[in-house]
Amino acid sequence: MNLTLKIWRQKDSKAKGQMVDYKVTEISEHMSFLEMMDVLNEQLVNSGEEPVAFDHDCREGICGMCSMYINGEAHGPDRGITTCQLHMRMFNDGDTITIEPFRAAAFPVIKDLVVDRMAFERIQQAGGYISVNTSGNTQDANNIPISKHAADEAMDAATCIGCGACVASCKNSSAMLFVGAKVSQYALLPQGQVEAADRVQNMVAQMDLEGFGNCTNTGACEVECPKGISLENIARMNREYLSASLKG
Amino acid sequence: MALDSKVPKGPIKDKWTDYKNKIDLVNPANKRHIDVIVVGTGLAGGSAAATLAELGYNVKAFAYQDSPRRAHSIAAQGGINAAKNYQGDGDSTYRLFYDTVKGGDYRSREANVYRLAEVSANIIDQCVAQGVPFARDYGGLLDNRSFGGVLVSRTFYAKGQTGQQLLLGAYSAMNRQIARGKIEMFNRHEMLDVVIVDGKARGIIARNLITGEIERHSAHAVVVGSGGYGNVYFLSTNAMGSNATAAWKIHKKGAYFANPCYTQIHPTCIPRSGDYQSKLTLMSESLRNDGRIWVPKNMEDVMAIREGRKKPTDLSEDERDYYLERRYPAFGNLVPRDVASRAAKERCDAGYGVNATGEAVYLDFASAFERYGKEQAKIHNIKNPTAEKIYELGQAIVEAKYGNLFQMYEKIVDQNPYKTPMMIYPAVHYTMGGVWVDYNLMTTIPGCYCIGEANFSDHGANRLGASALMQGLADGYFVLPYTIGDYLADDIRTGKIPTDTKEFDDAEKEVTERINFFVNNKGTKSVDYFHKKLGKIMWDKVGMSRNAQGLTEAMSEIKAIREEFWKDIYIPGTADEMNPELEKAGRVADFLELGELFAKDALMRSESCGGHFREESAELDGPQKGEAKRNDEDFAFVAAWEYKGEPADAVLHKEELEFKDIELKQRSYK
Repeated sequence: MNLTLKIWRQKDSKAKGQMVDYKVTEISEHMSFLEMMDVLNEQLVNSGEEPVAFDHDCREGICGMCSMYINGEAHGPDRGITTCQLHMRMFNDGDTITIEPFRAAAFPVIKDLVVDRMAFERIQQAGGYISVNTSGNTQDANNIPISKHAADEAMDAATCIGCGACVASCKNSSAMLFVGAKVSQYALLPQGQVEAADRVQNMVAQMDLEGFGNCTNTGACEVECPKGISLENIARMNREYLSASLKG
Repeated sequence: MALDSKVPKGPIKDKWTDYKNKIDLVNPANKRHIDVIVVGTGLAGGSAAATLAELGYNVKAFAYQDSPRRAHSIAAQGGINAAKNYQGDGDSTYRLFYDTVKGGDYRSREANVYRLAEVSANIIDQCVAQGVPFARDYGGLLDNRSFGGVLVSRTFYAKGQTGQQLLLGAYSAMNRQIARGKIEMFNRHEMLDVVIVDGKARGIIARNLITGEIERHSAHAVVVGSGGYGNVYFLSTNAMGSNATAAWKIHKKGAYFANPCYTQIHPTCIPRSGDYQSKLTLMSESLRNDGRIWVPKNMEDVMAIREGRKKPTDLSEDERDYYLERRYPAFGNLVPRDVASRAAKERCDAGYGVNATGEAVYLDFASAFERYGKEQAKIHNIKNPTAEKIYELGQAIVEAKYGNLFQMYEKIVDQNPYKTPMMIYPAVHYTMGGVWVDYNLMTTIPGCYCIGEANFSDHGANRLGASALMQGLADGYFVLPYTIGDYLADDIRTGKIPTDTKEFDDAEKEVTERINFFVNNKGTKSVDYFHKKLGKIMWDKVGMSRNAQGLTEAMSEIKAIREEFWKDIYIPGTADEMNPELEKAGRVADFLELGELFAKDALMRSESCGGHFREESAELDGPQKGEAKRNDEDFAFVAAWEYKGEPADAVLHKEELEFKDIELKQRSYK
């Protein structure tokens, strides 16, 4: 199929960006979206132009590196996938596709479609861990029985890949789905209980400091999340936060 | 230089404990004055950085991604082995050790493997304490599954995302140390050379991938945990950015590179669909617990399926050839990866491949749906369930176990694997070879260590499933933090290593000159053009089966591509900005050297062992006819190559392998 691409080009974080039109031809429906971008970039390099910079790495939907905002949706029109898993069969011959970076005040653009997600790192550093040394001298793993239900729920929360689609999809640029998922994973497990109150307070404080917006229960984040992280995690974080605040 | 593996004396089961009791330690006050650089933040690098920082060293960690959490360990699916014997099925440290040595086709170092098996149980304890949500049974205890090449269930897992969960565990431990200021994290940085001062590794030159700035970083020791070199094939299950540059740079500065020809071609990957393909996707080996692999028995059915006249589900049981069950009745679908891959290639080469390219076999879950469905019907007390009901109940169980893999398959192939069997074909997945290290995980450069997939030590010629995660974490959490102390104990009075020295000047100059060459060269071809050409030679001539003629050709062809590369490469953009083409150029330049050494190593090793299959060395008759034939008399050694300029001039050093605790046998899975 033949396509027109409207792509955000921005030289660096300080430059003013703009949408630029490109044409690609003979795109196979079996290609992934990023393979289509590879075709475009090869074309640009061969004609002496600068290729479009975009983040990507594993190309199997797990590293969370890829981050395009395609036709107004984070990771494009399909559900439950990242940009690298989006396939061209979702598009039709002659389509015009708009490709932008994830936009949020807390995710400044570095170049073209690449954004800076260091804010997520700092939130995790504020408390996204259990304070246990890696000496290996802990108790036997089976000394802490955990109900299958709790373990499964913790696992569901832990599958977050930290891509930032939730932030990009939210009209308030809220990071509460991301933070809620991490808080929930530990809150659901007995190992995480000891520091639960400090954790939620520290992580939320850092989240606010980074300039992410608040949650107004629109639910766009859940719809666009490639890993199907549930809104329940935000509710759980709010409960954890409230009870931590009451404890003082 | 003679290779000294520094394996401690004494009985194998006491070596590690006795050794730890005797090595030098650095006291906590002195650790504060010692800096360690860790390159790579996957399971090995991430766990090492966290542990070294906890111990009190000042750690500088480097990742080319925008977060340590994105290292490619994240993509490991199936699980992690540990000799816990929670299932009471006869597992033990010895058995895990034995399985790993046998699985590696007797080409690994016994003492290292035993230590790996010994610390494996601790890894699980550690990860649970960190909050890794492993799968559990209804009693709340940890669940296990089985992987290829073994007869016990010792694999711990978190759905099909075990690597992700373990890496997030190590990442959380890193975050705790980053918050304390004990790890200084350099995201979007790439190591471009190691700096050697007075014969010791004392720092690195790195490029800031956002600004293009070249930076000097000094330390008392350098740890490389930068992963494997599977991307030398262009197409592999590795991440797009996975590269061998850090490992190759230390090789060029004096670290020997061992067994490059030991590469794992994983049997269950999604087949390629076209020339534009950028990478291949793995379907976890855990699927072979429940999936059965087959091709049609009759050529008419193969043609009918390819032409769309028949569907795989139309074929009755006796029209199918479950070739692994036929050839290897004892292990069936759970033979080791190298064996399963070659068997798939054998069927496809014989013309039985089931897709248009002729390179695909089926992985079928129908009998698992039925088996689980019947069991569930009993549990839920459903009398006389219909076939549909059984299927439905069975599918729910399979979905709970492998749901994310099935979804991934459907998104890529656009077929529903609950309704029709998956199509799979082998793909490059892991490299057992790597930088040579001694028992301390130190390379032949004093003070330069190599851990995880980047080193060569534990998997011999073939890695068993769920052993990579085990090795990465064992190296990083439990081995290196001890052994590095023995070296650093001599550095307590050294003081900070200055970076304004001639050694740093020279290393930086070399790096800068190369970058300037790339951005100024007026060539005509893109990096991918050369990378794809290299990959095709590697796959065709240094792939699943190799012969002397092909390997000789590969060496000269790779050399020719390399020469063309340095003449005709074109890199758009400049050096002082984010420039992905420039990054790729440096990596491919290194692959173009590594690929030739790889072929040279494969040519030298004229035996078949593990993932390295030489057509000249196969069993000609008897019950093992057609199977790989090892040659212990001439090849029971580690091939460690010393860099001498051109890859073809590399000098071979042999570390003889001694097997005192395991008898060398033909590896039979029949």
